[in-house]
Parts: sequence; C-alpha cells; structure tokens
Amino acid sequence: MAEAPYRHLLEVRDLTVEFHTSVGTIRAVDGISYHVDRGETLAILGESGSGKSVEAAAILNLIDTPPGYITGGEILYHGEDLLQMSAEQRREINGRQIAMIFQDTLAHLNPVYSVGWQIAETFRAHNQCSPSEAETRAIELLGRVGIPDPQMRAGQYPHQFSGGQRQRVMIAMALALEPDLLIADEPTTALDVTVQAQILDLLKRLQTEEGMGVVLITHDLGVAADMADRIAVMHSGKIVEQGTVEQVFRDPQHSYTQRLMNAIPGRVEDPDHEAPDIEAAPPLLQVHDVVKHYEVTSGLLRRSTGQVVRAVDGVTFDLAAGETLGVVGESGSGKSTLGRTILRLEEPTGGTITYRSHDLLALSGADLLAFRRKVQVVFQDPYSSLNPRMSVAAIVSEPWSIHRDVVPRREWNDRVIDLLERVGLQPDHARRYPHQFSGGQRQRIAIARALALQPELIVCDEAVSALDVSIQAQVIELLAELRDEMGLAYIFIAHDLHVVEHFADRVLVMQAGRIVEQGTSAQIFAAPKHSYTQALLAASPVPDPAVQAERRRNSLTPAIAS
Amino acid sequence: MSEASGPVLIAPEERPIRQVALLLWRDKFAFVAAAYLSIVAFFAVFGPWLVGDLATSLNLRLRNAPPGSIEHGWAFVLGADALGRSILARLIVASQNTLGIAAAAVCAAMICGGTLGLIAGYVGKWPGAIIMRFTDVLMSFPSLLLALVVLFVFEPGVKNVIIVLAITRIPIYLRTTRAEVLEIRERMFVTAARVMGAGSIRIVLRHVVPIVAPTLVTIAAIDFALVMLAESALSFLGVGIQPPEFTWGAMVALGRNYLGSAWWLAFWPGLAIMLTTLALNLLSSWARMATDPTQRWRLEITDKYDG
Repeated sequence: MAEAPYRHLLEVRDLTVEFHTSVGTIRAVDGISYHVDRGETLAILGESGSGKSVEAAAILNLIDTPPGYITGGEILYHGEDLLQMSAEQRREINGRQIAMIFQDTLAHLNPVYSVGWQIAETFRAHNQCSPSEAETRAIELLGRVGIPDPQMRAGQYPHQFSGGQRQRVMIAMALALEPDLLIADEPTTALDVTVQAQILDLLKRLQTEEGMGVVLITHDLGVAADMADRIAVMHSGKIVEQGTVEQVFRDPQHSYTQRLMNAIPGRVEDPDHEAPDIEAAPPLLQVHDVVKHYEVTSGLLRRSTGQVVRAVDGVTFDLAAGETLGVVGESGSGKSTLGRTILRLEEPTGGTITYRSHDLLALSGADLLAFRRKVQVVFQDPYSSLNPRMSVAAIVSEPWSIHRDVVPRREWNDRVIDLLERVGLQPDHARRYPHQFSGGQRQRIAIARALALQPELIVCDEAVSALDVSIQAQVIELLAELRDEMGLAYIFIAHDLHVVEHFADRVLVMQAGRIVEQGTSAQIFAAPKHSYTQALLAASPVPDPAVQAERRRNSLTPAIAS
Repeated sequence: MSEASGPVLIAPEERPIRQVALLLWRDKFAFVAAAYLSIVAFFAVFGPWLVGDLATSLNLRLRNAPPGSIEHGWAFVLGADALGRSILARLIVASQNTLGIAAAAVCAAMICGGTLGLIAGYVGKWPGAIIMRFTDVLMSFPSLLLALVVLFVFEPGVKNVIIVLAITRIPIYLRTTRAEVLEIRERMFVTAARVMGAGSIRIVLRHVVPIVAPTLVTIAAIDFALVMLAESALSFLGVGIQPPEFTWGAMVALGRNYLGSAWWLAFWPGLAIMLTTLALNLLSSWARMATDPTQRWRLEITDKYDG
C-alpha cells in the first residue's frame, strides 16, 4: 500500500456470488456495491436468506468452493482487490486487518482450549510476539472488553462463560491485532436484551477508541438504528436501498424497506379486539402459588447436594376465557417452565392450577385427555416441533387420530385443507414434508395442528422468536385473527417486550422465577413500576435512530459486565 | 412407515415404485448392487429347484476340474470340487442356506434388539437398567467364542446356528436404538404429541420408530454381511452347518485342504461372500439416503458440481 491512501477503507463493487445446487444455480449475492470508511458503521439489514452473511463471508474468503463461486465483481480493501490476491496474502489480511465476530459464540469458540489460549492464538498465528507476551496481552484484552478478574478468567473454558461474556471474548479475539475493519455477523441476536445493550455499548466504545470501520450485519431494525451511520438494505441478494440512518428510517424509498419498517412487531393494531372482562366470568385458568424446584444432584448415586434451583418460585395469576396473556422475561426467568407446568408436561413442586374449576394437577385418564383437547401448544423452534418424516397432512391430522370423536376420518382430507388455508398455506402443501418449508411456514403448520382440536387455550412458547421481523408480524397477525374468530385464549411467552406490546391484553414480567410486575399492557408499557421492567424496556433498542441517539446521550444502560 | 397408518390425502406426484427405481438409477453403484442382489435372491429361492441333483451328483472323472472350460457343459465353467461336483451348481444351491440363515438371524436380532432398545430408552428406570446390564453381559463375551461354546454343547444345525448368531448380534441394535430413542423423545414434536394427548404406544409407533428404523435397517445391511462371515467361520470350524447341508462358508472350509492344488474350490464361494457383503453395504448407504426426506435431494442432483 505504497500509493496514496484510497478513498474508502473497503469498497465492494458489483459482487456476485453463486451457489450451484440440485435445483440449479442460485445467486445468493447479486451484483451488490457499497463502501465503508474508517470510523464508520455500515449496517447491512436483511432477513434470513437475503444473502447478507454470504456477502460477509466473501470478504473474508470463507465461502466453501464448491458449491459457492464468486462469479463477478471486486472487493477493494485500501484500493486493492482482495479477490486477485493469493491465499497467502489474504490470510495475512484476515485477522490482522479485517476481523469478524459471529452470532453463535459457543460454536465459534473451541471448547477444549482455555479462553486465554484462544485469544493468544491470534498473536501466535501472525507471529506477533513471544508466547508469554501473547498471554499477557490476551489478559489485557479480556480486561478491555469488560470481563472482570481477567487473570483468573483467562484460564477458564468457553462453557464457563455466559452468552454475553462469550461474545465479549469473541470481540477480544477480533480486536487482538487492532484491525482496521470489523465485520460483525448478527453479534447480539442470541442474547437477552439487557446483555445485547451492553455488548452494543462495548462495540460502540471500542470503535471510537480504535477508529475502526464496522460492517454490522443484522436483521434487527432496532440494533441498526442504534449503531449505524449508514444502512444498506438487502433483499434476495440485492441491495435495494442505501443511505444514512435518518434517510432510510424517516423516508424509506423502496417498497421492501417500507414493508420492513411497517412490519415492526408490536405495531400490529387490532381494533376489533376487546380485552375480556376478567371480573365478569369465572376465569378459564387459575394459577395459584405454583412452585417448581429442581434439586441439584451430583456424583454417581445422584445424591442431592442440598442446593435447589427455583425455576418457578410462587407464581399466581388468573386467565379469562378469550384473554391474551403475555409472559415476558429473559432466559432463565422460568417463563418456559411455567408454560410446561400449565401444559402438565412438568409436575410442579407446589401450588395449585385450576382449569374451569377442575384441579388440573389431579386429572388423569379420560379427564386428562379431555383437557388435552382444550389446551394446545406452539413451540419456538419450528424445525424440531414437526416430525421430519411425516407429511404436512399427517402432522395436521394427527390430533384427530388421537381424539377419534372430533372429526370422522373421511372428512380429514377436507378439514386439513381448510386448516391450511386458514393459516395462509396452499392446499397442495398437504403432501409436502416439513423441510420444504421456511421457518414462518412451519410455524403456520404448527398453528394449524394446534387449531385442529378447536382448543380454548394455546400456549405459545416463544412462538415467533426464531422468525424474521416481517414474518413475526405476519404470524402474530394470524394469531390475532384466529383469536377474534374462535375466541381463543393465549398464554404468549416471549423474551421480547415489544412483541407483546399490542398483542397481549395483560402482561406478566418474570425475573428469576417470580412475577415482578403484572398489569394491562398499556400500564406496563406506559408506566412500568418495577425497576427490572424499566431496565428491560430501556435495553431493547427502538427502531428509531433519533430515539436511540437520545438514549445514548442519557446512557440509560448501566455499564455492568454481563 | 408413517403412511401406513396415516391418511392418504392426495396421491403423490409419481408412483412410489417408479420413484424408488429412479432414485436407484441415479446411484450407479447402488444400482449394480441391487441388480446383483436380486440375482442372488432369485437363485436363493428357485436355485435348488432349477439346478436339481446337479449339486450333489458325483462325477469322479471330473475331480478338481479347473475352471474356464465349457468342455463338460456350462455347469462346470467354474470348475468342479474334490468329488467332481459342479461348483456353480453348488454355489447356487448353497445360496439358499447362506442367505436364509443370515436373513433370519439379522431379522431376529433387529426385532429383539430394537424392541428391547425402545423399552430401555423410552421407559428407562429399572426395566431399562436390567436390559442394559443384560447387554453388557452379552457384549463382554467375544461373540464368536460364545457361538462356539453354545454350538459345542447343543447340536449344531440350521436352527441353532440362527439362534446363536441372532443373540450375539442383539446388543448392537439394542444400544443404537436406546441411544436414538433417548434423543428423539426429548424433541419438540414428541412433546407436542404429548400435549395433544397421545399415549406412549402411539408416540413410540408414530414418532420414534419411523426415525429409528432407517438407522436399524442400515446397521442390519452391514450386519447381514457380518453374520454371513460369522456363519462361514462357524462352518469352517466345523460347528456350523453339518453335511449334507452346506453353505458358502462350508464350501470355503472344504476347499481349504486343496488350496495348493485347486484354488478355485475356496475362491468362488469366497468371492460370492465378498460380493454379497459389498453389495449390501452399497445398497444400505443408498437406502439410508433415499428414505430420509431431508437427504433425498442428494440423489436427485443431476449436475456433478461437487466432487
């Protein structure tokens, strides 16, 4: 790089990446161009399958060839085309000048080496310094990314760190050689909102200190609004819109961007829906002081160590027929265990649950079967909640073969098609298999299956958390429609407050097995009383750059290490 | 599998048989293997009837006749054995016993091992513990030694050989099934079925067995070869099949004495064992892919981009 510094740190011109597959050639990235300067953050915003991760992999030479081929374009780093360089030269640039952090920290850290060793590896790989010096520098870095007691922690292994801390370790590795460009691929997607806020803070701080260029790949509009200077919106391999954060959020030009902006979950307005009066009718479900403890056992004989994990610790609430109850909390708050207890998948340690004035915990045999007809579930992971070897028709009709008296067999065919159309799928989808569907479609199949028995209550356990925002909005809209048509009640378990904002009638906020606050969603969102609810609300980024900038100035998020 | 008890809603686009044939044609190795195995299976069923007495009729003038000449008729193209019997005819007749014993032993082992494994995995608790200790005991004996001891005590014969071989193979199926069941029963669709009110039997038959079965069938195909070799070894040691019954393994055992002077006596039955083993392995790896809806596309690929 002898000549005068090039205009941009990184410039991508007409990059095209193709994958050769059984169904022909797929253009994952189709002639995209953008640039990043020093000290600037470019957010590449797109949903799953838009090609945003493939594009990042191309910069770091991480595309598997075959089946992927870079068929056109240039990637100019300081004005030099990375694609023309030898593998040797690119290795030299990777890590030293361009670094990357990933979403799945557990998969990208090696479980058998200590964290300190893995950070020091970066120095060793680039022959930077002696082993002992590498170690000291690794410890220094851990301290810089906010890991308390770095000396001791450097000797520990990845599984001993929390998700947020692992992401800090990844950042430390990426920053080891003071790169000019950092590519962050969904760095906070797997984290709780409060942890996400801390990691984003850290990234922002380090960027100001180092003056790096950052390419932030995300599907989360809130994160993009918070972090980015400029935004490039990707849709099916193309950049459909590019501009400063204010331009894109205030005045989206392309129809896809507009749709994305409108799809922000929580904006689902449902004027027809009226919250049922809790006082008027006897409640559908009464949960009283439910406790679920797990004993920690150890050793060969599984002797109790006397320690107890209080997954659910004294939860009391009522649910009226036709009511939607949002249960919100971060991972480990006990919200899913509560859901499983209500479904009679777990026996609680104490407390009572009453369903239509029957003691739920005493049900067995035919009574339990009758209860199973009335209460259904939709799970988070649409990949594992459908049997991969059953056709969609078999999946949706399965409830009828368990409860023989609901639908006579000769009507199954028509009813399956009815249900599929009801949830927005095509009749000919019936003979396909789950892997042929996208995440959102699979979730629709799961909903169709839950509806097959015409239940009164559906427990949605993180039912939309694994989906893209626009798909989330569609699924919630569908749930809202079905609620109004069929008078369904929902217990909607989520970690994201904004998802339940307009959808739920009432919201419970859970922390460490307890309900810290409950009230109508208007109350919770307008005037949260408990400090934890306030922290949750403050931590989740709002897809509005102005609001986010205001928040950063006030610095609502406390600088505690996760 | 799942189609058996599920409703048939809309006829699939292509007839299943056609589809299977198409998928088989895509994998050339598997196709050749399938063709070879159908020929062998044909002879196993109709062989004795087709060949008649040829396999047992002595012709002392042709003792140890070398292969490669059709001077004495097509039956002696592979040569003749020490008593002047046609090797080709004997191979054909022996295929019935060889394949019959292996198939029966493998099926018995798969069904017993699979069922016990399902119980151990799904029920767990004390029945599971008992079953697992039982397999530990079985596995701690070398299987061939166990077979030798049992057949030495009891009378060697087709039935006893099958039983002994089946018992020694049970642990493989049992342990595999249990491991898979432990994982599958924690999957979300099993939980969803429980919420729907499905009972244990239904969950096992509809959700667990269809997912375990392909694994077991794959193991069975590989095991088929192993059992055939074990039976050959037993016959070779003289405690397996007793004359006048004979198998490929027994033919190899007879040919052993003439290895120096007439290699073809042991070579042809040995080749038959090896080819059958190879064909089964090729076919089983194809079947594993073809029965998995998420893997099937690998066989549907027409381009050869990936090396």
